[in-house]
Amino acid sequence: MLLFVLLVATGHAQSSAFDRPPAPVTNVALKDAPDDAGGAITISWTLSPDDAGGAMDVIGYDVRRSTSPDGPFQTVKSVPRGSSEAADETDLDSNVNYFYRVVVKDAKGEAPSVVAGPVQAKVPWFNLGRLNTLIATIIYITLLLYFIFHAKKGKKLFIRRLAGLDALDEAVGRATEMGKPILYVPGISQISDVATIASINILSGVARTVAEYNTRVIVPNYDPIVMTVAQEVVREGFLAAGKPDAYDEHDVFYVTTNQFAFVAAVDGIMVRERPATNLFIGMFFAESLILAETGASTGAIQIAGTDAVAQIPFFIAACDYTLIGEELYAASAYLSRAPLLLGSLKGQDWMKICLIGCIAVGVVTLLFGIESFRDFFETPLMIFRQ
Amino acid sequence: MMRRQVPLLICFVAGIVMLSQNFIPPLTWIYQQALEWARIISAIALFIGLISLVRVHTMKLKRKAPNYRYSYVTLFALCYMIIAGFLTKYGVFVKLHAGCDPGSAGEWIVTALEKALNFQEIFLNVQIPIQATMFSLLAFYIASAAFRAFKARTFEATLLLIAAMIVMLGRVPLGQMIPGVKEITVWILDVPNTAAKRGIMIGVGLGMASTSLKIMLGIERTYLGMKD
Repeated sequence: MLLFVLLVATGHAQSSAFDRPPAPVTNVALKDAPDDAGGAITISWTLSPDDAGGAMDVIGYDVRRSTSPDGPFQTVKSVPRGSSEAADETDLDSNVNYFYRVVVKDAKGEAPSVVAGPVQAKVPWFNLGRLNTLIATIIYITLLLYFIFHAKKGKKLFIRRLAGLDALDEAVGRATEMGKPILYVPGISQISDVATIASINILSGVARTVAEYNTRVIVPNYDPIVMTVAQEVVREGFLAAGKPDAYDEHDVFYVTTNQFAFVAAVDGIMVRERPATNLFIGMFFAESLILAETGASTGAIQIAGTDAVAQIPFFIAACDYTLIGEELYAASAYLSRAPLLLGSLKGQDWMKICLIGCIAVGVVTLLFGIESFRDFFETPLMIFRQ
Repeated sequence: MMRRQVPLLICFVAGIVMLSQNFIPPLTWIYQQALEWARIISAIALFIGLISLVRVHTMKLKRKAPNYRYSYVTLFALCYMIIAGFLTKYGVFVKLHAGCDPGSAGEWIVTALEKALNFQEIFLNVQIPIQATMFSLLAFYIASAAFRAFKARTFEATLLLIAAMIVMLGRVPLGQMIPGVKEITVWILDVPNTAAKRGIMIGVGLGMASTSLKIMLGIERTYLGMKD
């Protein structure tokens, strides 16, 4: 009998817990998200006692926001049970006071917390999260400028051979002997891509060489703006070689801004015109191997250069010479031998030495359990955060 | 002088502003605006490309250049899609259907024209399959490139051949049944391959920054058609 009474009492207590709304959350804290453009506020709280304890029937939490402590409150974020933090990134105005409440929900109802606030989404004048990047950028710019202006003093700078660029003259000469044109593809990206600008810089040198050899150069373009730049560059190249009449503007043309339609058109040009030399220099994607293999099937000598890491292996397998990664950016300095450009290469190399040194020291110190070197890179950020 | 100096000045100012907005959050709106302007200019530039395309192919037709018949196909397809696009966009066929009696010959003609000039149908049933066909060429070209490249002529080529064989085996179910192949494949991809990629990416990043700085400072000017 006593057991029966106990069982009934316990069951009654349990059904009471499920029948009532959940206990509200406590300790709601608001914070402006740091290092952003003023678009986020972080809300944190202590879980409801009925979440992972008590009735254990919590469904989730709603974060509600208002510009007044009396409301009306609107839900800006919903998070599942077990969550004790949320970020509000919806249409926040800077320097406006916001008030929040966190509402816990279960099947039977909901319980709001006390109103917390005010908090403002502030726009900091400087993104402290990028302080380390700024320091590295300043160091790099200083190195570059130092070596660029050092080169102006006339000091001869050594630059290692780049087989692909040394072969350019030979490739153009071959095309001249065979009486066939040269095909130059400046990649399938827009002029805003640095690789495309590097390609246009190389095109300038190629156009001058081609004009001197009295050979035709065909430049199909993926982007209309790149086409206009390429036309100007090739025209100037022919002008610099003293042969402006030899320039044919119909040889530098727009094809299409569709990836595989472009590669189909260029393949068609390769198969019909049979260029003696193919130059694939710029940004490429999946179509790189189609271009290179079609060119290889026509017997052309092929020189490729790209900074697209995923496409480099394809070009290496299918082309005679390949400019890998930063060699593409070094090409204009290599071809022109201008002291200022060569100086920038030296600055690049010194920065690379610094980075390699930091990586090596970091790896060795971490192997021995010394974390201070790695932490050193976070130090400037933490000082200013405190 | 204006032709040389003004573009360099614009480049310098724009470069400094874009570099600054990366570190100064109140200036990020400039970047968003620049992106919007870039989209607008790209749309306008498309007309320039269109004019170039028409000029090149019209010239080929006039001169009866070799393979000039392909230019007929190009120009016909260009005009066809422009007309189909306008007709679909402005609901011309909907209006024509409204003006025709159901079951009449006119209704039949309008329905046939609507099917033939439906922009979306042409895109889905013509362009997409052609693009897929071009993409599928990669499968055969990878095989032919591998056949030509993976020859054990030098030590490096032999190393490449062995690594490629292991990775190819490790990526297929049958090869994974061979003890150790899967683990070696994962190691090759995760360790030396990733290390090489990261090394190239560090160099690329430095090269991009250097080229961008040279362009901003006017040291690199060949893209403007000027000599260094």
